[in-house]
Amino acid sequence: MIHNTLGKHDVVVFKLADQDFCINIGLVREIRGWSPTTMLPHAPDYVRGVINLRGSVVTVVDLSARLGFGKSEPTHRHVVIIAMHEGRIVGLLADLVSDIVSISDDSIQAVPDIAADPSQEFISGMITFEDGRILRKIDLEQLLPDPARTGN
Amino acid sequence: MPNADDFLELFFTECDELLDSVATGLRAMDDGSYDMETVHAVFRGVHSMKGGAAAFGLTALVAFAHKFETALDLLRSNALDLTPQVMAVFHRCSDCLADLVEAARREDSSDHAQMQELLDELGKLIGSQEEPEDQIVFVPMAMNMSDITPILSQDSYAISLQPDTDLYRTGNDPAALIKALEKLGTTHVTLNADQVPVLADWSRDQPGLKWDIDFRTDAPEHEIESVFEFVEDCCKLSITAVDQSEAQGDCDIIRPSAAAGHGPHETRLTSDPVSAADTGGPETAGPRPAPGTEARAQVSSAKAAETAFNVTIRVGLDRVDRLMNMIGELVIKEAMLTQVIQAAGLTKEPEVAGALDGLRQLAGEIQESVMAIRAQPLKQVFQRMHRIVREAADATGKQVRVVTQGEQTEVDKTMIERLIEPLTHMIRNSVDHGLEDAVTRQRNGKPLEGVITLSAAHKSGRVQIEVSDDGGGINRTRVRQIAEEKGLVTLGASLTPGEIDSLLFLPGFSSKTEVSALSGRGVGLDVVRREITALGGRVMISSSEGNGTTFTITLPLTLAVLEGMLIQLNDQTMILPITAVLETLRPDQATLCRIGRSGRALQNRGELIPILDLACHFGVRQEPARVEDSVLIVVEADNRKRAAFQVDAIFDQRQVVIKSLEENYGRVPGVSAATILGDGKIALIIDPEELIQTSTSDPNRERIALVANG
Repeated sequence: MIHNTLGKHDVVVFKLADQDFCINIGLVREIRGWSPTTMLPHAPDYVRGVINLRGSVVTVVDLSARLGFGKSEPTHRHVVIIAMHEGRIVGLLADLVSDIVSISDDSIQAVPDIAADPSQEFISGMITFEDGRILRKIDLEQLLPDPARTGN
Repeated sequence: MPNADDFLELFFTECDELLDSVATGLRAMDDGSYDMETVHAVFRGVHSMKGGAAAFGLTALVAFAHKFETALDLLRSNALDLTPQVMAVFHRCSDCLADLVEAARREDSSDHAQMQELLDELGKLIGSQEEPEDQIVFVPMAMNMSDITPILSQDSYAISLQPDTDLYRTGNDPAALIKALEKLGTTHVTLNADQVPVLADWSRDQPGLKWDIDFRTDAPEHEIESVFEFVEDCCKLSITAVDQSEAQGDCDIIRPSAAAGHGPHETRLTSDPVSAADTGGPETAGPRPAPGTEARAQVSSAKAAETAFNVTIRVGLDRVDRLMNMIGELVIKEAMLTQVIQAAGLTKEPEVAGALDGLRQLAGEIQESVMAIRAQPLKQVFQRMHRIVREAADATGKQVRVVTQGEQTEVDKTMIERLIEPLTHMIRNSVDHGLEDAVTRQRNGKPLEGVITLSAAHKSGRVQIEVSDDGGGINRTRVRQIAEEKGLVTLGASLTPGEIDSLLFLPGFSSKTEVSALSGRGVGLDVVRREITALGGRVMISSSEGNGTTFTITLPLTLAVLEGMLIQLNDQTMILPITAVLETLRPDQATLCRIGRSGRALQNRGELIPILDLACHFGVRQEPARVEDSVLIVVEADNRKRAAFQVDAIFDQRQVVIKSLEENYGRVPGVSAATILGDGKIALIIDPEELIQTSTSDPNRERIALVANG
């Protein structure tokens, strides 16, 4: 059920290492299958490389590596979520996209304070459902490689 | 609705064009190859600027343009002789006008000392001839810029129309034409039946009727012409503007000799002008111009083509860029399609192959056309250089003349903007260092006036620009001495004349002992070289003692595409710009040399060149590959530092479309951009300059440099 009323918004749900994550649907441009990337020298290990998206050079971020699950070994079943953030296009490598759900803003809870887990700084909130399912909402801004820092 | 700022911006753009035409006109007057029309054109340019400036209340500009215009008007009415001194003042006025426009654009209202000085000089030229009522006070008012020129009272034209048989045969009616004219203004029509033969001799093929029309209108001339647009091939037509004063009652037949006297105003629509011999008897069909008239017609049509209003539209650069991007995509898609079809084994099918060929050709043509949209003639850059030379000549007290060739050579728009600075620098350098002073020139039997030649041409897919002077040439002993003093070369190193010349491009080299106000600003030719290299070009210098120096710049046609070598590094393909490559070779065991644990160098033409394993450098492979199995590419940086890049293989050389990496990611050290290959994959474009600079500052490499010197 997708309807946008005040205080509700849709999110794209995807899986990483058997955990459910989600991202605001407004940021998602498209979802494509995995295709081999061109490596970028001197890039952080979670930057998979770049792909050609209809003529644009788009960086692919390995979410699994970024969130501390270790580098993924992408197969053709993996997906790349193409997201737009502040004019920059980025691809997010995930295991699979499972759902689009509507969540209300007041159902988002703060992330419990679990120190020392690398994923913590990239998750902006948690959404729990009655059936026990839990969604972790990704903070895209934190996740992306800092353009200023990649300069060195 | 556009606001006032938009109009102002439009005005400034128009000013640029007008300044351009004023400068061109003045230069034509310089050469002596001018007629009154040139003077009129300059006058009109200045006048239009004055009008526009008045509308926006730019008083300084109005005042100056007015004075300038008055002086030009005197010239027009032959009240002023065009001496070289007057010409010099006019040139400086045109420069000053450009400055004033620029100042107005920046809203800089500071006083121009130069302007006051020029105003005084103009005042002297104008002298007592200026009437007091000329000092019109301009009231700012809203006006449409494009209408400035044709604000004129009613013009008089003498039109003569003699239809050929074809006009009647094609169903046109002279009466309808005259009626159409009546809509534009008032007509006074006289039928001229002198050429109608007596009835016995009359033939349908020789209509002799002719109409003379005394026509008054405020419509521009081209509207009158458009009335006759469809019949111009099948009638003898002459439209002649008549001065109001002499137009009174003058609706006689316009004889060609009389028409020619009106020169600039005359427009002939027929391809076969009515020559004096023909007017006497009945006309036979077909063009039959007298040889003399033909020659004249050609000259005037060439002139017309030159002065004709360029039919152009103004389009934002971003739109063209977007189009350019999409064309790039199209070319890539086309290559991808070809590969897919090849993979499917369909290329043998003649229909598929044919269609594919057609697509490839079309894509290539579209790409070229779009590049042509971005291409601009170098004229705008060269125009500016005239001024630079004038100023440089003034500052050094030398007499200098500029000769330009190939101004119409076109290069990419972005390139034009970035060429101005290096060219300015080179021109100043040529005037200051290249040309000798008057005394030396006289002693060497050269004309006092030095000549700087600025030429451009397309050569084998690149643009070549040359700046040459007829000065004394490079003093090689002196250059060498300075370079040795400054430690730029080893003492006593063997250098060819060419190598000595290129020392001038080294950073920190300034040969002139005394620092001059003009080019001794601590900015050397190394800056020129860096800027040209940034454009993907190269600068070369050649000089002959006593005969002058020539700088040659070669540039790619565009910045959007680059000629690159496709290289293989493990499983990755990368592009190396061809401009940096000196040579490629398969290393021989004997030419390799180990230094320490991991350092390696290549002995090449008596020089030890450090080897850089690109695969390791970019982290494509962990363990270094055997140099013996690899290919080495010798590349050179701007500062003549060399390195040998070790790659697995070179498999192609082709043009690649440049894509920014920074847009969505950021800068990658050693990589300048990316491109998309035929298979849709991205390949990184290597920045050899940066690689050489960083790799040679590596401690390992420094040891190699020591060995090389010892």
